[in-house]
Amino acid sequence: MENLRKLAILAGVFIAVYFIPFQHPNLQASIMEAFHLLQYYVREHVLQTLIPAFFIAGAIANFLSQGSVIKYFGGGAHKVLAYSVASVSGSVLAVCSCTVLPLFAGIYKKGAGLGPAIAFLYSGPAINILAIILTARILGWELGLARAIGAVIFALVIGLIMALLYRSEDRDRPETGFQGMEEEAPEKRGQLQTISYFLVLILILVLAALGEPQEAAGLWYAFYRAKWYLVAALLIILVLMAWRWFDREERVSWVESTRDFALQILPLLFAGVMAAGFLMGRPDSDAGLIPVQFIEALVGGNSFQANLVASVIGAFMYFATLTEVPILQGLLGSGMGQGPALALLLAGPALSLPNMLVIRSVLGTQKTIIFVILVAIMATISGMIFGTIMS
Amino acid sequence: MKIKILGPGCKNCEKLEEEVNNALAQLNITADVEKVEDMNKIMEHDVFMTPGLVINDKVKASGKIPKQDQIKKWIQEEQ
Repeated sequence: MENLRKLAILAGVFIAVYFIPFQHPNLQASIMEAFHLLQYYVREHVLQTLIPAFFIAGAIANFLSQGSVIKYFGGGAHKVLAYSVASVSGSVLAVCSCTVLPLFAGIYKKGAGLGPAIAFLYSGPAINILAIILTARILGWELGLARAIGAVIFALVIGLIMALLYRSEDRDRPETGFQGMEEEAPEKRGQLQTISYFLVLILILVLAALGEPQEAAGLWYAFYRAKWYLVAALLIILVLMAWRWFDREERVSWVESTRDFALQILPLLFAGVMAAGFLMGRPDSDAGLIPVQFIEALVGGNSFQANLVASVIGAFMYFATLTEVPILQGLLGSGMGQGPALALLLAGPALSLPNMLVIRSVLGTQKTIIFVILVAIMATISGMIFGTIMS
Repeated sequence: MKIKILGPGCKNCEKLEEEVNNALAQLNITADVEKVEDMNKIMEHDVFMTPGLVINDKVKASGKIPKQDQIKKWIQEEQ
């Protein structure tokens, strides 16, 4: 059976290579666009943005006590608190959807109930720190900010609507706490130390990612010229902090989880970048396989239809962690409007066909359908509002 | 001994399974290792952060991959 499968794959590759018209100039240009876009990411974003962001994600996974956040999701938790924490905690707890889904199921079945669970499910992938940073850096800070704010508001509103719709079954909920979260190790560092450590990490990221200002004069420009010296100084401070405040084991596990994030995310991101380059070309070029006119007709401008199409595509399509960013960059460069871009960002990473199936196994079909519809409607509305503000 | 690895099939869950199998091989202990991917079954163990490690129905770890030495210690304790 195994051999048969391999043979089938081989036959598929054979037929594809046999018939693909590689001599066609459009196809050649598209293939080159894939590599050009990949090179742009490697040169402009890997060292300056992604590597520092991976270190931050690694630090979050290791040095922030996740139990202290999760305890707000228990059955006896205060409602307002549960909703607020659920809608923002994705930035700390969730770097990939595989950690979001179990937590979501846990909050729903054993914890604070449907509303907070939905809020968490929605906001988790949308506001994780890597996604916001990369969105702001590549797609512009307006979209990055709109994405973060939109995700939090969405999470609250959708969670509340769902809880309201199903309020009757939410009443007889067992008042259980979350198990296995109590035996937290005693804090080795003061809060001030942890905060200043994260502050230095974030400053390094922001400085390293600082773009060249438009005019070559003034305070901002001087700041820009000096940025690598500042980064170097901050790195020295960071090394001192890591050396003084953390023991060997902590440092090792920090670097290890940073490496794991890089290994987990970079290959998929690079594949996504190449796919975006191949299909849509670099921004301002019409060399991609999909003609610009087609994208413009579908999601250009800020019409209701464009926003709706973007939301629905976003809801069903699967984006591997962060790949939504290069794909949107390609779409924006090919004429997609800012509003539809936000709509896709708000509907996209939180939902996909595979994860709808998992959600359905936990919530049941009816609630899942309502959740998907709510997300699509709200994404469309937010897209239209944002598009109006931006134009 | 029954060992369960809880996780919806992400990379860390596979890594944990590998670590557990390594630990068992090094200790020369045989155990019934089961991978639980169904979200509802994972919830029965009150584990909210995956990967989760359950030995003889006791939750040993959740949300991270424990160190190899720690896994060995748990296996020996539960034997």
